[in-house]
Amino acid sequence: MYKILRRETLSSNVVLMDVEAPMVAKKCLPGQFIILRVNEEGERIPLTIAHYDREKGVVTIIFQTVGATTMELAELKEGEYIHDFVGPLGNPSETEEFKGKKVAVIGGGLGCAIAWPQAKAIHEAGGTVHMIAGFRTKEIVMLEEQMRESCDELFMMTDDGTYGEKGFVTNKLESLIESGEKYDAVIAIGPLVMMKFVCVLTKKYNIPTIVSMNPIMIDGTGMCGGCRLTVDGETKFACVDGPDFDGHKVDFDETIRRSRMYAEQEAAAREKHACRMEGMNNGK
Amino acid sequence: MANMSATKLPMPEQDPAVRSRNFEEVAQGYTAEMAVEEARRCLHCKNSPCVAGCPVNIRIPEFIAKVAEGDFQAAYEIIHTTNTLPAISGRVCPQESQCECLCVRGKKGEPVAIGRLERFVADWYREHGTEKTAKPASNGVKVAVVGSGPAGLTCASDLGKLGYAVTIFEAFHTAGGVLVYGIPQFRLPKEIVRHEVEGILDMGVELRLDTVIGKTITIDELFEQGYQAVFVGSGAGLPMFMGIPGETLSGVYSANEYLTRVNLMKAYLEEYDTPIKKSRAVAVVGGGNVAMDAARCAKRIGAEHVYVVYRRSEAEMPARNEEIHHAREEGIEFHLLNNPTRILSDGKGSVAGMECIKMELGEPDASGRRRPVEVPGSEFVLDVDTVIMSLGTTPNPLIRSTTPGLETNRKGCLVVHEDTMETTRPHVYAGGDAVTGAATVILAMGAGKRAAKAIHEALSAKKED
Repeated sequence: MYKILRRETLSSNVVLMDVEAPMVAKKCLPGQFIILRVNEEGERIPLTIAHYDREKGVVTIIFQTVGATTMELAELKEGEYIHDFVGPLGNPSETEEFKGKKVAVIGGGLGCAIAWPQAKAIHEAGGTVHMIAGFRTKEIVMLEEQMRESCDELFMMTDDGTYGEKGFVTNKLESLIESGEKYDAVIAIGPLVMMKFVCVLTKKYNIPTIVSMNPIMIDGTGMCGGCRLTVDGETKFACVDGPDFDGHKVDFDETIRRSRMYAEQEAAAREKHACRMEGMNNGK
Repeated sequence: MANMSATKLPMPEQDPAVRSRNFEEVAQGYTAEMAVEEARRCLHCKNSPCVAGCPVNIRIPEFIAKVAEGDFQAAYEIIHTTNTLPAISGRVCPQESQCECLCVRGKKGEPVAIGRLERFVADWYREHGTEKTAKPASNGVKVAVVGSGPAGLTCASDLGKLGYAVTIFEAFHTAGGVLVYGIPQFRLPKEIVRHEVEGILDMGVELRLDTVIGKTITIDELFEQGYQAVFVGSGAGLPMFMGIPGETLSGVYSANEYLTRVNLMKAYLEEYDTPIKKSRAVAVVGGGNVAMDAARCAKRIGAEHVYVVYRRSEAEMPARNEEIHHAREEGIEFHLLNNPTRILSDGKGSVAGMECIKMELGEPDASGRRRPVEVPGSEFVLDVDTVIMSLGTTPNPLIRSTTPGLETNRKGCLVVHEDTMETTRPHVYAGGDAVTGAATVILAMGAGKRAAKAIHEALSAKKED
């Protein structure tokens, strides 16, 4: 059992939790993830490590309430426990190699929670970092301060223009490139569709691009292949070969289709969970 | 006077039509009367050939004599001296190729039902046994066991009995390895696995779940923490795929993923959160026990048609005859001498069928099995919406890639010294599927036992130095 030391609501449906997990905190590096299970009947879900404190033995996770499990997780309070918390899993992101280089780090929505520590690590390793953070609308903007401190320049974008500049992250990236910015690499973390379009764009300008893939996972240790994806025509397991891959080689359309495999069951579970919560509230 | 019946006393089983719709155990076990009657078939041969066939050397005639007398407590104690997991091995061992194939009674008629009797004794003890296993006095010497599958559990329990301070490290949230994620409930109820694991923990063995060796902590760090020896029983859990077009479509599973969702995550139960595809028609590719398990699970989850697609004939199938027989009884349909060539998409990324080609058997290959050869132009499409690949597994590279000095062969299996089970890294021992590649539960138990003996000998010698 893993104790929740701090719980904070970052935006309408995004929650941050500091979890007591000294073994994980001791080992983890940016880009790695954990797998957790909320309770005995729960499913195993992967979440990227957003931050860690080795001395205090604390691992920070940031998640969006998108389905039954994340809703159940969000209901846990400080001092309560998460049943299982395994990690660190996956390979750490490369940060040292960007020393002296100029990198655009792009975060989309919740992806900012993962993009921010990577930007920070590259920045601290001696790279120049431009960060582009995209959100659908003003209400879900988060982590602006942390992001600003982790890079040389931060560009905030909203799809509807209610905060920062209006437009998608790809619009900003393209205008920066067009205005003469020369990036040695682009790192994109966010929804699959966003990463796909960032890759389409950077391919055009021939800029190496790294993406952090987030397919469906169960064990996270390479024993089931549920998270497999096609990279450069080869089957890879995201949990052990990734989660970072060369974005120009990833078959995004296939990954997007695979990510929808349980869409119906997920919707039913979400519905059931929402009804149960409603029922409980009515009973009060 | 011995019972001279030429056949084994049959074990009651759930009706196939009923059981193919539930996850209750298929084989229901002997009653006390049945066990006594079957036990009386044993001739108590002087040289006991059966014992030599048992990888953990259970004192078979001795325990069977106690069963015949009706002293089940004594029978359990005899088994327990060499095997701490009898309720499991009695259920999943291929006795026909081990203890029972050497039974003298088998020369004229059927051998004594050793496995069924072992199972009976273990089940009886679980329900009626009163005496708690005594906790051995600790010698304070720390030994780490990586993996809580059959090899790790056996090694840990044997070392625990000798007084070692044993810690088992398990990556999953439940102990048991393949016993909990692989073998389905209807062959091996998970409550039984839990009970056997608890028996080992009662002896003072410590269990640390959610710990991935190679990631959460490395083997080098275990030595730094004072462990004097490490046993690696991490199994062979990395699934193989065919490399044919369409394998990444939604609805294509590895048997490991399918079985993990069903068995470990209990996706077949309403109250558990893990989803599994509700299939109409399923193709399971492969001919081993794992393929039979996956096929029988798919049927129980509600698929109308479940096909086993295997490229050789039934004679070459690696699955136990009993499993094939049970699968047939439950309505699993066999497409033998067929091999998949590609998986078809419905245009939206899901499986819409599997194209197969007919095969015929050619000359024997290096393994002695006749090699299947494609029949040109014989392609046809099997109407399925789910495909489960059960082509075997190889050892996971996680431990070997994070432990300097661990040698592996070209299949990724850890290289060990045959007698001592010691790897190329001093004080690191290994056994089970991590060494042999995918094999059986009982062979893993046997390996865990040999390693425990070797570790004890090495550490005792070290102490005397």
